[in-house]
Amino acid sequence: MTTTGPTTAAPPAPRRAGRDLERGLVGGVAAGLADHLGLPVLPLRIGFVVATVLGGLGAVLYGAYWLFLPAAPLGDGADRAGAAPGLAGAARDGRRPRGLLGRPAGRTGDAVVVGVLSVGIVLAVEAVVGRGALVWAVALVAGGVALLWRQADEVQRERWVERTERMDPVGMVLGSGGWAAWTRLALGAVLLGTGLVLLGFRDGGIGAAREVVLAVLLGIGGLAVVVGPWVARLVRDLGDERTERIRSQERADVAAHLHDSVLQTLALIQKNAGDAATVARLARAQERDLRAWLFAEERPGSPGAGRGAAPDTLAAAVRAVAAVVEDDHGIEVEVVAVGDAPWSERVQPVVAAVREAVVNAAKHAGTGRVDVYVEVLGGAVDVFVRDRGAGFDPDDLPADRHGVRGSIVDRMLRHGGTARIRSAPGEGTEVRVHLPAPDEQAQQAQDADDGVGSTDAAGRGAQ
Amino acid sequence: MRVVVVDDHHMFRTGVRSELAAAPAAVTVVAEAADVDTAVAAVERERPAVVLLDVHLPGGGGVEVIRRTQTTAPGTRFLALSVSDAAEDVIGTIRGGARGYVTKTISGTELVDAVGRVADGDAVFSPRLAGFVLDAFAGAIQVAEVDSDLDRLSEREREVMRLIARGYAYKEVAKELFISVKTVETHMSSVLRKLQLSSRHELTRWASDRRLL
Repeated sequence: MTTTGPTTAAPPAPRRAGRDLERGLVGGVAAGLADHLGLPVLPLRIGFVVATVLGGLGAVLYGAYWLFLPAAPLGDGADRAGAAPGLAGAARDGRRPRGLLGRPAGRTGDAVVVGVLSVGIVLAVEAVVGRGALVWAVALVAGGVALLWRQADEVQRERWVERTERMDPVGMVLGSGGWAAWTRLALGAVLLGTGLVLLGFRDGGIGAAREVVLAVLLGIGGLAVVVGPWVARLVRDLGDERTERIRSQERADVAAHLHDSVLQTLALIQKNAGDAATVARLARAQERDLRAWLFAEERPGSPGAGRGAAPDTLAAAVRAVAAVVEDDHGIEVEVVAVGDAPWSERVQPVVAAVREAVVNAAKHAGTGRVDVYVEVLGGAVDVFVRDRGAGFDPDDLPADRHGVRGSIVDRMLRHGGTARIRSAPGEGTEVRVHLPAPDEQAQQAQDADDGVGSTDAAGRGAQ
Repeated sequence: MRVVVVDDHHMFRTGVRSELAAAPAAVTVVAEAADVDTAVAAVERERPAVVLLDVHLPGGGGVEVIRRTQTTAPGTRFLALSVSDAAEDVIGTIRGGARGYVTKTISGTELVDAVGRVADGDAVFSPRLAGFVLDAFAGAIQVAEVDSDLDRLSEREREVMRLIARGYAYKEVAKELFISVKTVETHMSSVLRKLQLSSRHELTRWASDRRLL
């Protein structure tokens, strides 16, 4: 059991305790204290529970800490503030681990906190006063306050997470919680009101109860009139400050990205100024990366393509494949996509086939440019890979050319699609890959051989 | 052919000027402009055949230049030349009245070719632009609300757009569909007209909804 004041600071730099909402089970008090004191969490939690059972002191202490300790920002604030702007930017982007993982307490947390606090306070009051009706009234009041406070916690946490909008007074109370927040708020208010009425009843009749409630309401109203303007100004100032903070964070993110990518590439280009092919390749890769970064909102999935994360749509996957071939073979691959489909096992062989076709074009066509056109209409996928290079006679393919036959034509057949190759010497090559819509495909699959298990593995291997 | 180059980056204007000068075709840059006001003034003064127009300009953007010179310089045609290939920019500029849209990575000879086509009254569709147009008519791009029957693409026009999007040259499209190059150009011009028409219809509807007409 810890009774040392957590806010008494160590001399050099004032360390301030906070509640850790990310790791906390109830309100994050124990987790926050453990962090602050450098102790493991479990003994602290056990201590609180034991103290609660023995006379309710634990619950009272917990409640007090909850009242007075602020919620700590997400992640470790001190760690992040000290980091380089690039690292901080990457962390905000989700490209670096947060350090503290685990979901915050969910709905169960509410129930637990209400339970613990109510029981503790009931026990404590019963031990002191020993009166039935009063105890239940106080319990109801305590439950109501706990629920309201819990809601305030949620809002506080959301404020740390959310980075865009200015805060508004309604948002300060409700956050973006929706019905859950409203329910919690209403339930808390009802509990509070019932508790107050019960308290009034105890002293004598309905009149007294009404007076008590009225007095409390009047008191709250008066307080609102007095404090209201001040709160409003505070909200505005806070909003301004937060906007400023967001702006500087964004500036840091941009600076970090430009440093990582553009400056590095320009340095490389200066060093390779004599080598036109390398310069072109670097410039192309950089342009692609910068576009993906700048227009990330417009093309979901494409930022992942630049950073090696898994693409989440078919078009993004094709773009990623094209980017790799561009870099590896020093050619230009223009991808035009009309419509899109979510990434799935179904479209995976299409991407593998397209990759093979683009690589073939890069290797054998002898031109610097390949056009890839992806079209998704009504679930059916069509991809055309075209070059204007040397071309060949499709009927005259050597038997050892597995790339075309195995990786493109047969793969598509095995997965219920088709692939056709149109080429003539001197006229370039076009590979057409077609995958029918899922319902069409299911019908075809009924009378087709089932070789999916092995081909899936092959397809993944080719990726 | 007399050409005006509008771009707010001096370096880029210089680059375009030197690339056009190196091309064998007779393309002369008669004026340069860096923002909407100077561009409008230059177009009205010079009456060029083609304006190479950047999409993002100080003072209102390329569409603003087209809007303000449409009546004062009726013979002038606009070819958008932008680094942006965001769908909103591309479709928005075409709907504003540009006859084509090429990105800044285009080579000098391709650019001269595109300028020539636009000057002749044809539309210039890069594969990417064709893709955006198909998307717009399929309703996938929000900027295009193409709802009346009049504005739908015919089967043939769609076919032409698909081939352009696949990287076919006009000649190859003609060969593939067994039609003449002239017919291909006619189809593309009508696609362009439909695209611009749908935005004009939208504008009319918007105005009549608000009792402005």
